[in-house]
Amino acid sequence: MNGDSPHTNHEGVASPPAPEADRGLLAVDNLTTRFATDRGIATAVDGVSFHVDAGETLGLVGESGCGKSVTSLSLLRLIAKPGEIDAAGSVRFKGRDLLTLSEAAMRAVRGNDIAMIFQEPMTSLNPVYPVGEQIAEAIRLHRRLGRKEAWTRAVEMLRLVGIPSPDQRAHDYPHQLSGGQRQRVMIAMALSCDPDLLIADEPTTALDVTIQAQILELLADLRARLGMAMILITHDLGVVADVCDRVAVMYAGQIVEEATTDDIFDNPGHPYTQGLLKAIPRIDAASESLAVIPGQVPSPTAWPGGCRFHPRCPFAWELCAAEPPPLFQIGPWHRSRCWLEKHPERRSPAAPDGTVTAGES
Amino acid sequence: MTDARAASSASRLAGSIIPGAGHLAAGRAARGLTFLLPWLACASVAVGARHRIAAMPATGSLDDRIAVVTLGFLLVAIWVGAAFDLRSPPRVPGPGDSQWLIAARHFNRNRLAVAGSWLILALYAAMLLAPLLSPWDPIAQANISQTTFLPPSGQHLFGTDRLGRDIFSRVLYGSRISLTIGFVATAISVTLGTLLGAMAGYAGGRVDSVIMRFTDLVLSFPRLVLLILIVALFDRSLLVLILVLGLTQWPTTTRIVRGDVLSLREREFVQAAIALGYRTPRILFRHVIPNVLAPVIVSATLGIGNTIVLEAGLSFLGLGPPPPAPTWGGIVNDGGSSLINAWWVATFPGLTIVLVVLAFNLVGDGLRDALDPRLR
Repeated sequence: MNGDSPHTNHEGVASPPAPEADRGLLAVDNLTTRFATDRGIATAVDGVSFHVDAGETLGLVGESGCGKSVTSLSLLRLIAKPGEIDAAGSVRFKGRDLLTLSEAAMRAVRGNDIAMIFQEPMTSLNPVYPVGEQIAEAIRLHRRLGRKEAWTRAVEMLRLVGIPSPDQRAHDYPHQLSGGQRQRVMIAMALSCDPDLLIADEPTTALDVTIQAQILELLADLRARLGMAMILITHDLGVVADVCDRVAVMYAGQIVEEATTDDIFDNPGHPYTQGLLKAIPRIDAASESLAVIPGQVPSPTAWPGGCRFHPRCPFAWELCAAEPPPLFQIGPWHRSRCWLEKHPERRSPAAPDGTVTAGES
Repeated sequence: MTDARAASSASRLAGSIIPGAGHLAAGRAARGLTFLLPWLACASVAVGARHRIAAMPATGSLDDRIAVVTLGFLLVAIWVGAAFDLRSPPRVPGPGDSQWLIAARHFNRNRLAVAGSWLILALYAAMLLAPLLSPWDPIAQANISQTTFLPPSGQHLFGTDRLGRDIFSRVLYGSRISLTIGFVATAISVTLGTLLGAMAGYAGGRVDSVIMRFTDLVLSFPRLVLLILIVALFDRSLLVLILVLGLTQWPTTTRIVRGDVLSLREREFVQAAIALGYRTPRILFRHVIPNVLAPVIVSATLGIGNTIVLEAGLSFLGLGPPPPAPTWGGIVNDGGSSLINAWWVATFPGLTIVLVVLAFNLVGDGLRDALDPRLR
């Protein structure tokens, strides 16, 4: 599946990427989502651009509160009332701009072309219906199938996601299934209409570790078998390493670094990405305490001026506070939003200690 | 093995002759009695009223026909139900049970609630069978000089009133008005309340504000005063009473439903339903409302009791259906003036009201306990 994707052999291909709007299955350009709150306008997603090719897995990574989920919800226009998606951006899916579709046309896209699975499998199934019926309902809505055929397909889907004796489990109510099984049911429901793109919003966060690995394996396997593309939202870089082809790191509503998975781990450009990588626990250094990024994600009603990461950045200097950095193209498939790319001399190991301007604020 | 099969075929034979007998023979006494006793009651009504039933084709009114059809239906339904129940294996609790089944099992353990629901069922059956059960005409006045204010006796179970009418028959016919009003008015108010509450909670924003402020407005009116006003303005027909009672009771349901929907809306299965491309009406009716039915059913059951009391109150004040139609509140009012020398006139209908409302409250409480997982 990935043999023809340019990203797997990126070393050989040197041409820089084309503008986002022309590419791939999904091309997000300048997506901005704002929420009117009591404390002012919260710009949860601020000018985000990325693309996803057919059959590819993109990881969307970042701390809580940096806009990952709002980005994914904005793609399907699932932003509720106080929130608004700026009309200046575009979300082109198979050539159509989803942001300008009618509500009815958008409903036909949801679940059918783009499906979504959520974080919390405990509450993402309706407690009053058997799970098979819920999957069959989704199938019948998008495919003109009879009751029987839809049920048969629901059972098939349950088998596909690895539920044992699916024809009996289909009659079970959600409360009779374990968390992992419920997440499998959610995946079955999301995949029941053969979507081209699956958005998985922290699909393993609420599960325990052994189940997490199983679910990730299942997702990777299904993605390869069904040939769909996937956006995997997570704050766990370990998950990213396992399943993603490319990674976009988000901070404070922006993409701060975008690269292939190999590049992110071998050659991280942005200090925030470096910080995230240092915060991964390692077996070989068990005795030391984990590195942390000092401070927390600022409030979306008041992003810091200049580089949004500068108050927490060990490398920050005057320029960072004064001027927001653009996304620098630093490799064929690698971009980073950091002034260090223009002033690489600042990256020297001696520099940080002397030049930290506002490490605590 | 053969013994067991022989026993079961014997009990099946018994069960297909008399409903419940098969269960008794198989040693399932409680279940057998729940079929046997109601069936025997219906059968004895049929036997006791056989002359009336026989005379009916000539004189029968719509009332009488409904009563006969109901009786026949009950006899057949219990019989068929018992036969089917005997053949299907007893259901063992376990995985695969829906929430409703689990709740039903918990409800069955609450004896008071079960007794209450039997009483309610019996009353509704008696209401439909009234023409066959009532020993006297509830309205026609007999020879006043001889039958006025007779104390309770075998002839007149609850005694007679000032005009010599049989109190038992009047209470029996009165149940038609009270139970009908209670049921229909509550059905109206619960439907309206659920729809409005679900819309307010799910839509939020301006829709929510408008609906809830209107709800507050209706709630802030003293209901009894409103009722008296409307009933005084229009005629006191059954229809007006039902509409007025139904259209003033919905705010409580609306508030309960809206509160629950507010939290349901944020649950991920609703989000997932939107993400699957479902239309709003489908989400509302198939995914949101079924999840708030438990508190709605409880509030409906308690609401019937409330409505019956309110209707009795209105009738007591002389604002119910006009005489000579028998209503429970009306009979109590009649007897109020003669309480000292004829205690039975007001006492029996009064006790009936208490008993019925108590039954509805017991069932409501039982349902609340059974439907709320935290109280199980």
